[in-house]
Amino acid sequence: MGVLPMVRNKIDWALGAVLALMVLGASACGSSSSSSSSSGAKLPTSVGAGEGQLNLVAWEGYAQPEWVKPYEAATGCKVHAKYAGSSDEMVALMRQGGSGYDMVSASGDASLRLIRGGEVTPMNVELVPEWKNFIPQLQSPPHNTVEGKHYGISLQWGPNTLLYNTQSVKPAPTSWAEIYNGKYKGRVTVPDNPIQIADAALYLSKTQPSLGITDPYELDESQLNAAVALLKQQRPQIKKYWSLASDEIELFKNGDAVIGAAWPYQYSTLIADHAPVQQTIPSQGATGWADTWMLSSHAQHPNCAYKWVNWVSSPKVQAEQAISYGETPVNTKACSYMEKIQKGSCEVYHANAPAAYFDSIKFWKTPVKECGNGKNDCMDYSAWQQKWTEITS
Amino acid sequence: MIGRGRATRIMLVVWAVLIMLFLFVPIAIIILYAFNPSNVQSWSLDGLSTKWFSSTWHNAEMRQALWLSVRAGLFSTAIAMALGSMAAFAVHRFRFFGREAVSFLLVLPIALPGIITGMALNSFISFNGVNFSLITIVIGHATFCIVTVYNNVLARLRRTQSSLVEASMDLGADGWQTFRFVTWPMIATALVAGGLLAFALSFDEIVVTTFTAGTQSTLPIWIFGNIRLGQQLPQVNVVVLFVILLSVIPVTLAQRLTRDTGVLRAGTPVAPAAPAATQAGAAA
Amino acid sequence: MASNALAAGSARTRASAALFRRPWLRATLLLSAPGAWFVLIYLAALVLLFVSALWSVESFTGKLEHTWTLENFETLVKVPAYRTVALRTIGIAAAVTVTDALLAVPFAFYAARVAPRRVSSFLFVAVLIPLWSSYLVRVFAWRLILAHDGILNWTLEEVGFGSVNIGYSNWAMWIVFSYIWLPFMILPVWAAIERVPSSYLEASADLGARGWRTFRSVLFPLIVPGIAAGAIFTFSLTLGDFITPTLVGGAGSQLIGNVVYQNVGVANNIPFAAAFAVVPVIVMGLFLLLARRLGAFEAL
Repeated sequence: MGVLPMVRNKIDWALGAVLALMVLGASACGSSSSSSSSSGAKLPTSVGAGEGQLNLVAWEGYAQPEWVKPYEAATGCKVHAKYAGSSDEMVALMRQGGSGYDMVSASGDASLRLIRGGEVTPMNVELVPEWKNFIPQLQSPPHNTVEGKHYGISLQWGPNTLLYNTQSVKPAPTSWAEIYNGKYKGRVTVPDNPIQIADAALYLSKTQPSLGITDPYELDESQLNAAVALLKQQRPQIKKYWSLASDEIELFKNGDAVIGAAWPYQYSTLIADHAPVQQTIPSQGATGWADTWMLSSHAQHPNCAYKWVNWVSSPKVQAEQAISYGETPVNTKACSYMEKIQKGSCEVYHANAPAAYFDSIKFWKTPVKECGNGKNDCMDYSAWQQKWTEITS
Repeated sequence: MIGRGRATRIMLVVWAVLIMLFLFVPIAIIILYAFNPSNVQSWSLDGLSTKWFSSTWHNAEMRQALWLSVRAGLFSTAIAMALGSMAAFAVHRFRFFGREAVSFLLVLPIALPGIITGMALNSFISFNGVNFSLITIVIGHATFCIVTVYNNVLARLRRTQSSLVEASMDLGADGWQTFRFVTWPMIATALVAGGLLAFALSFDEIVVTTFTAGTQSTLPIWIFGNIRLGQQLPQVNVVVLFVILLSVIPVTLAQRLTRDTGVLRAGTPVAPAAPAATQAGAAA
Repeated sequence: MASNALAAGSARTRASAALFRRPWLRATLLLSAPGAWFVLIYLAALVLLFVSALWSVESFTGKLEHTWTLENFETLVKVPAYRTVALRTIGIAAAVTVTDALLAVPFAFYAARVAPRRVSSFLFVAVLIPLWSSYLVRVFAWRLILAHDGILNWTLEEVGFGSVNIGYSNWAMWIVFSYIWLPFMILPVWAAIERVPSSYLEASADLGARGWRTFRSVLFPLIVPGIAAGAIFTFSLTLGDFITPTLVGGAGSQLIGNVVYQNVGVANNIPFAAAFAVVPVIVMGLFLLLARRLGAFEAL
């Protein structure tokens, strides 16, 4: 038993040495890798041969076999899509260094965060011939174009809608009030997403003008608190805050929810399954999204990425995605292809709508301190996130 | 004596049947919905269809995910078997101070929530500038698989008598011969049982894997992607149906090997009163 | 050749004899590989994680700021929502553990002591099978059972009991967690019951104790360590899970795991996630101490 103290000493010593090494190693690595370079790289002037693979972070329904399969066949780039259910999740995925994603279908509330964080790199619009045919508002929109640099290529846009079960919800709703007023207690569902606060703010901007909300993404403290109070009062009526598109689809299909805020994707899927649902844009208007394919600054497959944006901005694929998801293409030439796939779809999905329709949608953007009124007293996104946690937990 | 009375017996049988129903009704549903003609899961079925079987078979992504899971499982199991049995051998004979520490350390990745392990490994891996790949998946899995092998082998070693080893050495066998002809036959089944369990853990793991897989999909990640997308949902059920059918093989094997043992621990301490033994039991 | 082989053989013998005689050397050598693995990878990662709890994140770009601050812990204490979440998590984990113990003990007793050998083997396989079938898909299947128009309500209505509204709620989480972790409770309890010598139970019966008395005074104290071992699984697995609440929970079903996951996978605030992760670590530490106690009681 005399060996015991000796063993102890030796192991203590070894452990100490290893621990010291470990700490040294960790700190050394930390200092060397923490300086992530913001890209000052030159734009490519031509698209080379494909690298054989393309890793995407995408919204559900944005990488459908319908147009992914032909792309893979045409370019030899194998597509691997990871789905994200919120802009925050997309940002988080892109921020994981070394995770290997090449592109992300970022909405307006994610794109600026990605640009400022250096996660994405400028793209050369000259290499995307169809870009000239985009609607003017989305060629160089402020959410993806900073100081004349295009951090990505616009894709599709659309409104968040009010989805309801036509058998249980009568008469057909025309106001967002239906998800706040307690008429469908315990059968309402809304996205589990801090940006949902903007929906409440939009509703308040119309119903309580005294709050003075002009932009649902630019809220000062009292305005934010009003929106949060509305959402807290809404909470007992919520069956579930949905975080996956399939959550909401099942909630509606199995009778757990009869009304809620949705994307057109859920509507299309439910209709295809013969569920009795309808969607509408209520009288207060709607929030919405304008998505951009952005290129990661660590992209391993940039040529495949350029081939991909060219593919998805071509009129035919624009039309296919618009109809499949239920959104509006950015390419003005998509309309005739949409008519070919489904008669009347160009109008249904607003591909030929006047500019006023575009302007009526309050597109997602990241709430920041510096708001339009020049007072810099707006609540930033981290405050929104914290409030959202308070509401939902 | 309890369990001898007729009424008690009937009640126990009823209880066991109810538990079996509780465990297997959801599995029956999974199997039933592999034949769901629609891609939305709702009660009841509008008929039966076998269309998802061929589409699953031809799904290249699923095949890749399955293959990745199999590889990750095999590599992590191999590492776990090597490191876990080394640790068990190092520890079983002595009651040195680090013994409890070793047990405690090895069980930590299982006792602590997976999300902590995942998060920690994720920041650590990106911190070191390593790219996520099969290797990072294996690192994550092996870390929490080691304990299953360790516990199984350790329990078996405790039950074997050290006098056998001493006798072997006294009779002139060298270390290798003793290991090959005395120790190995004693521990082989425990090692395999621990390995099987390690493979099962690795194969079904999602929380840690989410953080260490990067862009690659293991089978559980593919399943989660399909659940959230919902467009080919029954394919998930088809895959799980086949995994369940195949799992009968290792499970039966495990049953043969460790009839007398438990999940993560092959029948822990023989001597229930030894304080160190109960402690290891509690830590496991 | 022969002498070489002999020399090599004797060298090997000498080496192994040396190792056999110096157990501490052998232990150190054997421990070096697993030790290095755990210290250099796992512990290093954990240390890094918990150190980062003292950092903060620039809110817009999400870059880590390496300045020391207790801000994360202050938020944790100050915002009541986080306390609610922590208490809810511990409550559900405890409820699940108790439920599983209640379900497992009679079952394990039947399987280990009453059932014929063949039935017992069958039950063993049946308990193991669910562990091999996808956890995600089994949780997902419960949505269909508990939904408003789901199988449970359909069955209840067929039998004439009306319907219940427990889909997407804390009740649903409690049921599903109990379901998912049940095998982890059954197996250690089963092993513990099997190890109790028959003679103890016979002696108790001979001394006139009825079934219940024997269970309470003889069998139960002997299987407490098994229950404690199972409880470690059911409790810690519930404490850290975020997928079951996402799939079957409702409004107000967030657990610690969800908040941590949101902060790391969604809000990208690893420091805060790390700070909140300290809560389950402390709870688990206390729980392990308690479990050890229970084992120690039994040893006395």
